[in-house]
Amino acid sequence: MNPISFGTQMIRIAVPYLFAASGGVVAERAGIVSLTLEGFMLSGAFAAVLGTNYSGSPWVGVLCGILGGLIFSLIHAVATIRYRADQVVVGVAINLLAIGVTRFFLKLFFASSSNSPRVAGFGGNINAAGFDNPLLWLGLIVAPVMAFVIYKTPFGLRVRAVGEHPDAAESVGVSVKRVRYAAVALSGMLAALGGVYLALDQHQFTDQMTAGRGFIAISAVIFGRWDPIRAALACLLFAAAETLQIQLQGSHAIPSQFIEMIPYALVIIALAGVVGRAVPPAALGKVEA
Amino acid sequence: MSAPSLAEGTKPTFAAAPWRERAQEALIPPLVALLVALICGDLLILSYGQSPAAVYRLLLEGTWGNAYGFGQVLYKATTLAFTGLAVSFGLRAGLFNIGGESQLAAGGFAAALIGLVLPVGTPLILALLICMIAAGFAGGVVGSVPAYLKTRFGAHEVIVTIMLNFIVLALLNWFIAGHLHVPETLHTPEIHAGVLPRLADIDSRFHGSAANLALIVAVLIASAVWFYLFRTRGGYDLRAVGLQPQAAEYGGISVGRVWMRALTFSGVIAGMGGINYVLGYKHYYEDGFASGAGFLGIAVALVGRNHPFGVIIAAFFFATLSQGGLAIHAFVPKQMMDVLQGVVIIAVATAVPEVRRILRDARKRSDA
Repeated sequence: MNPISFGTQMIRIAVPYLFAASGGVVAERAGIVSLTLEGFMLSGAFAAVLGTNYSGSPWVGVLCGILGGLIFSLIHAVATIRYRADQVVVGVAINLLAIGVTRFFLKLFFASSSNSPRVAGFGGNINAAGFDNPLLWLGLIVAPVMAFVIYKTPFGLRVRAVGEHPDAAESVGVSVKRVRYAAVALSGMLAALGGVYLALDQHQFTDQMTAGRGFIAISAVIFGRWDPIRAALACLLFAAAETLQIQLQGSHAIPSQFIEMIPYALVIIALAGVVGRAVPPAALGKVEA
Repeated sequence: MSAPSLAEGTKPTFAAAPWRERAQEALIPPLVALLVALICGDLLILSYGQSPAAVYRLLLEGTWGNAYGFGQVLYKATTLAFTGLAVSFGLRAGLFNIGGESQLAAGGFAAALIGLVLPVGTPLILALLICMIAAGFAGGVVGSVPAYLKTRFGAHEVIVTIMLNFIVLALLNWFIAGHLHVPETLHTPEIHAGVLPRLADIDSRFHGSAANLALIVAVLIASAVWFYLFRTRGGYDLRAVGLQPQAAEYGGISVGRVWMRALTFSGVIAGMGGINYVLGYKHYYEDGFASGAGFLGIAVALVGRNHPFGVIIAAFFFATLSQGGLAIHAFVPKQMMDVLQGVVIIAVATAVPEVRRILRDARKRSDA
C-alpha cells in the first residue's frame, strides 16, 4: 500500500466530515442537538450544484451551497429555539425534508430522479490529486479555526455558556436565544460546505449523495467529546478506516460491512464509558418551559 | 412551570374544561400542520404549472377513491402502525427510540429465516405465531442494547439507536449479500410457511394491492399496547416514569427496570412489523425493505400523540401521503410527498408546545 496515495485519499474522504463535524461541535456546544448535519450537507450539495450549473462558476456554487445550508439551519433554529419544538424530532424531520426538497428540485430543474448534469468544479489537475481545490485546504484548517473561535473569542465563551448553564448566561445579560441562533446558523453553513465539497468534487449532485456522512460527522463530534480538534482527529480516524476499506477491496480480508461499522461502534463504546466517559454539554437538547 | 395551585385561592375547574382542553391540545396541532402542508403543496404544484385542486382531487381518487389504491394505503399504514406504536411506546416512558429502521429490518429478517426453516404445510396460525415471536425477538434484541446502555451507563438512547441502525443494517447486508441471497438479487429465497392471506383473497376488488392479515395484527397489537399502558400496573409505572422519572423513583418505581422494559418492547413491536412485508407481501426478506419506515414511525407517533389509536389514524394519514405521491406522479413528481412529510412533522412538532402554551395561558386568564 502506497502511503502517499493512502494519505491523499484519506484527506479527500475526511474533508466533508471535517466541515460537518465542526458545525456539529458549535451547535451542540450551544445546547442544540445536531442530528441535522446530514440534511444541511445534502441541501448544501444540491444548492451548490444548482448555482454552479446556472452561473458556470463554482464560487457562485459555494455561495449558493452556504445559503442552502443556512436556510435549512434557520428552519431548524426557528422551530427549536423560537417555538421550543423537540430538537430530536425536528432534526429527523430536517433530514427527511432535505431529502424531499432536493429530490423535488432535482426533478424540477434537471428532470431527473437520480442525478444532475455534470457541473464545473475546482482544480482538475491530475497531478495535484485534488490538492488544487481551495475547499480542501479550507476543510483542513476549519477545525483549528473553530477551536480558536470556541475557546478564545467572546462569541465562543457565550456559546459554551449557553450550552452549559443557559440560566446563568441569561442572568449576566447574554441573550441565550441569539447565541443559539448564531450557533445553529454557523453549523448549517459549515456542514453545507461539507456537502458543497462533496458535490463539486464529484462534479454533480446525486440523490441522497451524502449517504449518512452527516451521521459519521456527529459520531466524530461525540467521539471527540465535543472538542473541535479531537472531533477532527476522529474524522481523520474514520476516514482512514474508510480508505483502508477501499484499498483492501477485492482482497476479502475483512468484509466491507464490518469496516463501515467502525465509527458507529466506536461511538457506542465511547458512550458506554469504556475509554473515558463522553459527557455532553449540560443543557444539550433541553428546552426550558 | 407554574401550575395554578389551590393555595393561591383559585377555583379548581376539574370537570369540563380539562377534557375540552385535552381535545383541543390533541387536535389543533395536526390541523395546523395539515393547513401548512396544503399551502406548501399548493406552492409545489404551482411551481410545476399544475392546478392544485385538480392534483388534490387526483390524490384522493388514487388513495381513498378506489379499492386498489385503498388497499395499498392499508398495506403501507400497517408497517407504519408498527413502527409508530414502537416509537410511542418508548416515548410514553420518556425514551426516544430512533432504531425502528433496524429493528424492523431485523424482525423481517428473522421472520424470513423462520419461514424458510418451517416445513411446508405448517398451519397458518402456528407459523404466524412462531414467525412473530422470532421477529419480535430479533427487534427486541436490537432494542435491548440501547436499553441496557441507558440503564447501566446512562448512554443517550437517541445516539445509540441511530448508531445501531447503521451497525445492524450493515450486519444484515453482510448476511444477505454474503450468504443467504438468491443469486443476482439481494433477497432470500421464498419462505415455505407463514404466507398471510391478502385482502384481495377475501374481496377481489382489492386485487393487486398488498394489504394483508398483518393489518389485523397491527390493530390487535395497538389494542394490547392500549390495555397495557392504561389498564395495568406496569403501564402505569411506565407512564409515571415518562412524566416525571424522579417522582416515579421516589414513589417506589424502579426507573431503570422501566427503561429497560420500554425500549426492549419498543424494539419488539417494531420488529414484529417485519411480518407485513415478509409474510404478507413479498414472502422473502430483501435488503433495504425497511428503508424510511423507521424514521416515519417517529412522525406517526408524534401526530398520533403517542396514543395507540391515534397512532393507527396517523399511520393511515402518512400512508395516504406516500400512496398519493404515486397517484399524482403523472402531473407532479411524487417527490412532492417527501417534502410534505417533512413539513408536516416540523409543523406538528412546532405547534404542539405552542398550542399547549396558548391553552395554558388562556386557562390562567380565565381562572384569574
